[in-house]
Amino acid sequence: MSAPVLEVRDIAKRFGGLAALDGASLALQAGRVTGLIGPNGAGKTTLLNVMTGLVRPDAGQVLLSGQDVTGLATHRYAALGVARTFQIVRELGSLTVLENLLLAPRRQSGEGVATGLFARPKWWREERANAAKARELLERIGLWKLADQPSAGLSGGQKKLLDLARALLLEPKLILLDEPGAGVSPPVKQELIRLIRELKAEGVSFGLIEHDMHLIGELCDEVHVMAEGRNLVSGTFREVIADRRVVEAYLGVAA
Amino acid sequence: MTAYLVTVAILVCEAALIGLALNFQWGLAGLVNFGVVGFVAIGAYVTALLAPELGWLPAMAAAGAISAALSTGLALLSIRLEENYLAIVTIGFGEIVRLVILNEEWLTQGALGIADIPRPFAALGEAFGGDLVFIAFTGALLAIVFLGLEGLARSPFGRALRAIRDDATVTAALGKPVFALRVRAFAVGGAVMGIAGALHAFYLRYIDPSQFTPIVTAYAFMAVIAGGRGSNVGLLLGAGSIMALLEGTRFLKDFISAIDGVQLSALRLGLIGVGIVLLLILRPQGLVPEPRRRVADVLPGGRD
Repeated sequence: MSAPVLEVRDIAKRFGGLAALDGASLALQAGRVTGLIGPNGAGKTTLLNVMTGLVRPDAGQVLLSGQDVTGLATHRYAALGVARTFQIVRELGSLTVLENLLLAPRRQSGEGVATGLFARPKWWREERANAAKARELLERIGLWKLADQPSAGLSGGQKKLLDLARALLLEPKLILLDEPGAGVSPPVKQELIRLIRELKAEGVSFGLIEHDMHLIGELCDEVHVMAEGRNLVSGTFREVIADRRVVEAYLGVAA
Repeated sequence: MTAYLVTVAILVCEAALIGLALNFQWGLAGLVNFGVVGFVAIGAYVTALLAPELGWLPAMAAAGAISAALSTGLALLSIRLEENYLAIVTIGFGEIVRLVILNEEWLTQGALGIADIPRPFAALGEAFGGDLVFIAFTGALLAIVFLGLEGLARSPFGRALRAIRDDATVTAALGKPVFALRVRAFAVGGAVMGIAGALHAFYLRYIDPSQFTPIVTAYAFMAVIAGGRGSNVGLLLGAGSIMALLEGTRFLKDFISAIDGVQLSALRLGLIGVGIVLLLILRPQGLVPEPRRRVADVLPGGRD
């Protein structure tokens, strides 16, 4: 098998006296949806933050397609093809829905002082091309009619969809979703499942943190269970939920 | 009376330049700068020292460049810090600049100030009437700066700055080099503040430390808040209204005979405060919203 899209090895991270991660390892294979579950406080979000450069690990390695990227600045991860969404939706509220999407594409030539002023024809061409892509995506997720609205006015579910669409415009190899189903109405959840399946068919890899077992069961090819900052069990969804240690981690060990 | 109106017009332009600069840093990029007056003072002193030797244009360019360089330095030192710390650092910077100017007499002549600063197009001014030429110069300068900053605000660079202002973490996760973008935004604002200082020196032709008090910074913030954060058009209106209030209230004494000059000057500041409060109650988002990229701008046929 070729190198995983993203791999973390023996990651440790302490916040003061709390060991959030303590030797966690994980590999996300290309073209698959990998689930990450575990009880609250297991270190799932911290691991996701390590995988996207938001948190620098105390020990361990992060490998992107086999290349060591541990400790790179956050924005470099996105440039290397890793996109993410956030658990609590963090929309760029004063930007319109369309602007949220136009922001995302990589290597925009109008993002410097001199080029912003003097390379107008060039970045306007890019802007139009990006807008066409944004339109396609917004139509796909049903937000096109809201394109000119400030994104602060969207509902929780719509913000989640916008977050995902924004990540897609990065044209990433891998998208890491932090609880995409939390606080989302059932129809929007169906919409999410459909979208992730379509994108997987198009060759995008996913990492998925979720508490909604229905969503995990529907989407994931492989599931990793974390507890207390470490891997507990890995396998298919069926194998994992049948495992006694997983039940114990969630419910506590019977004395 | 004409001379007075000319003065007001030039003061409005200077306030607008300073406000545009702050609007870029704070309104657009969310970088609070309480040391605005320090950058303006540096621009003014660089101009006053260099203009007699080099001529007005190199002096003004140097004013912008040195102010931008100092902004960059300050940004590199402190922008990683949270917004509150940046506020403290910039307050400190403004105060340091004032004290250096006051005490380094070999360079700045301290409290005595620097006199006889040459104006641009002085020869032309003598032929056509100095004020007219200078007003044209000031207006042209403001127009150039406005067009430049407005162009940047509407470019992908400006959009990235607005995104950083809303949420720096998300913007970084989208692959934008947040730190580098912030430093650049701060430097651009600093350059414009330096140029505003140059205009100040050219107009008054005499500068001393007492002209650069923190109230200059306060007026700039008022103009940005009144105009609407992020909007350059709003800023022009905001700066215009603040200066109109400030100057207009001078004539109160013609109508109210019960108060003397000292009371009046206190009352004027109070009235501006009331004006700002009223504006924030009635129109908290400011006079004009910031420019946004609409569907119709980028796609033919709009949203159909």
